[in-house]
Amino acid sequence: MAEVNLILVGVNHKTTPVEIREKLAFTKGKIEESVDHLFNFPDIIEHTILSTCNRVEIYARANCQDSAIKSIKQFICDFHGLSLLELEDHFYSYRNKEAVEHLFRVSSSLDSMILGEAQILGQVKEAYSLARDLRSTGLVLNQLFEKAFSIAKKVREETGIAERSVSISSAAVELAQKIFDDLENHTVMLVGTGEMAELAAKHLISYGVKTVYVTSRTYERAANLARTLNGSALDFEAFKNELHRADIVITSTSAPNFIIKKEIVEKAIHERKNKPIFFIDIAVPRDIEPDVNDLENVYLYDIDDLHVVVSANIKEREKEAENAMNFISQEVTKFNNWVGALDAVPTIVEIRKKAENIRKQEIEKTLKKISHLSENDKQLLRQMSSSMVNKILHKPTIKLKQKTQSEDGHVYLKAIRHLFHLDD
Amino acid sequence: MANITFNTTLLIYLLTMLGHTFYLVNRKPLVKSVSFFSLGLGLFFHTITICLRSMETGHGPYTTGFEITSFFAWVIVVIFFITEWKYKIKDLGAFVIPIVFLIFLYSAFQSREYSLIDESATMFWLTMHRTLSIIGYAAFAIAFGAAVMYLIQENQVKNKKLGVMYFRMPSLEVLDNLNCKVIAIGFPLFTLGFMTGSIWNVKTDESLFSWDIMRTWPLIAVWLIYCCVFFGRLLVGWRGKKAAQGAILGFVAIIFSYFFHVV
Repeated sequence: MAEVNLILVGVNHKTTPVEIREKLAFTKGKIEESVDHLFNFPDIIEHTILSTCNRVEIYARANCQDSAIKSIKQFICDFHGLSLLELEDHFYSYRNKEAVEHLFRVSSSLDSMILGEAQILGQVKEAYSLARDLRSTGLVLNQLFEKAFSIAKKVREETGIAERSVSISSAAVELAQKIFDDLENHTVMLVGTGEMAELAAKHLISYGVKTVYVTSRTYERAANLARTLNGSALDFEAFKNELHRADIVITSTSAPNFIIKKEIVEKAIHERKNKPIFFIDIAVPRDIEPDVNDLENVYLYDIDDLHVVVSANIKEREKEAENAMNFISQEVTKFNNWVGALDAVPTIVEIRKKAENIRKQEIEKTLKKISHLSENDKQLLRQMSSSMVNKILHKPTIKLKQKTQSEDGHVYLKAIRHLFHLDD
Repeated sequence: MANITFNTTLLIYLLTMLGHTFYLVNRKPLVKSVSFFSLGLGLFFHTITICLRSMETGHGPYTTGFEITSFFAWVIVVIFFITEWKYKIKDLGAFVIPIVFLIFLYSAFQSREYSLIDESATMFWLTMHRTLSIIGYAAFAIAFGAAVMYLIQENQVKNKKLGVMYFRMPSLEVLDNLNCKVIAIGFPLFTLGFMTGSIWNVKTDESLFSWDIMRTWPLIAVWLIYCCVFFGRLLVGWRGKKAAQGAILGFVAIIFSYFFHVV
């Protein structure tokens, strides 16, 4: 009987520093090369290699877990010309349920450095599709990965794991979207040419912001940055009079005092007929008077505010990760049941085959002895024997299918195989 | 029969309200779809209820308090569907459907006796007055929902406390825009309703000054509030928070005026 043994061997950012991870990484070419090597191990039936900058993991279905785990560790080190003795401690290995749970967590981005990041799912998908192309996966791993993708999608949709932005510039874009909705046809003004301001502006532009103004104490620098951002430069002395044109203002000057005061903003907002302005003050010391936030339709966030938002968001993602874990545990159980049922099917087929053979043998033997029966009568007797076998096996078949779904399913399976002499 | 459909509608509205509220905390798309579908079902039964009643009475649903409140809830649901279709604001239902349910529930406690209809020429003006006003009020109810959402969202962005609602709710721009649009539709209708009501009054009482002050002044107050909200935006650029506060104040005034005017 082929039992379904799933294993996983790997290293990730939590167990292994980058200097070692990069040595263990598999490029696409290396994965192609590895397929035959791995199939040389008699214990490995199916396998998939997942290699990203944060992890190298090999998922496999094996005949014997212990020897397969050993073989895979050895293979990873040998393949990269490293010594297993030195790296042994970095490796982790999981079996069956734990291996399933691990893959579900990885693809749902619960094992990532930044919780909920979107990249990992794509990477797992790529790894799996390469493995399929190389024909290194089979029934069990195919099902496992397909399930992992649908779970990841559900986790993404139904928990807030990916909802909140966890970087300063994406938090700023998110706020802008919560104020203005569609950022298209909106205007951003950069006051000062700091690096982070530039980054935030680029982020905003990628979300559709069309018009960009740049101003700086040195006109040259403003003009240069304006050119790269496809915007126009403003004279530093004049920018305050143009403030009303901007929907989003990002300040990052090195001025020692506030350069944008409440009165100026009040005037600008009046000229804009109360259309909102979103100020992002990245400068330290700050460029914008904090009181500006008291004005109606004006929203001011300084660098600390954005940091607070980001760290609150990270905490929230952690909370959501817990919800996701509950969901994943259920799915792991479901997958386990599927694997269990997989075991029942060949057994049932074998029992039926055995019974059918006996039936055929016995009925034909008997029919030979009764010579006076017509062909019609013989047919009737054959049908009767057939339905007797079916009726006798029907209940046990159903029960076996049900029982293999339960925790101690394998016990039933073993017992039944023993009773019917299937493994002799 | 009308009783059965009425009670079915009431039950469905209750479930729909719970569904929409549940969707605020639970983001399962299925909850949203089920709530949306159930609101449609509620509207279906509600429509049948109104039709049955009209077949019995032989006139539209605007003569008794029972008919008016039920019709009011019905129009809100219709306008809500139009808003959903145009704006697709995920959580608006959580703020509007409770209003629908409460109004409909209130109608359940009112007398269902028929009122005899006056076939005179003045009836036309009374019917116009009631229909136009109710459609106007329903638009204001949607504006109220959008305004509550706006204030919650604005408060979060302004005070930098970005809770769950921050992520779930649409942008300030969308909410303000919705507030603007529904008031721009509701205010002229309500004004026309007000005017036709005055015409009816003049026609029946032959005098402009014989109005029952207790019945009329709350309506004038409501009209003045929405007048400020409507023209304030057009002329002085009152938007965002001010517009939202105006829409909420106006709707509260409508609830009060109902008790003075209709009851």
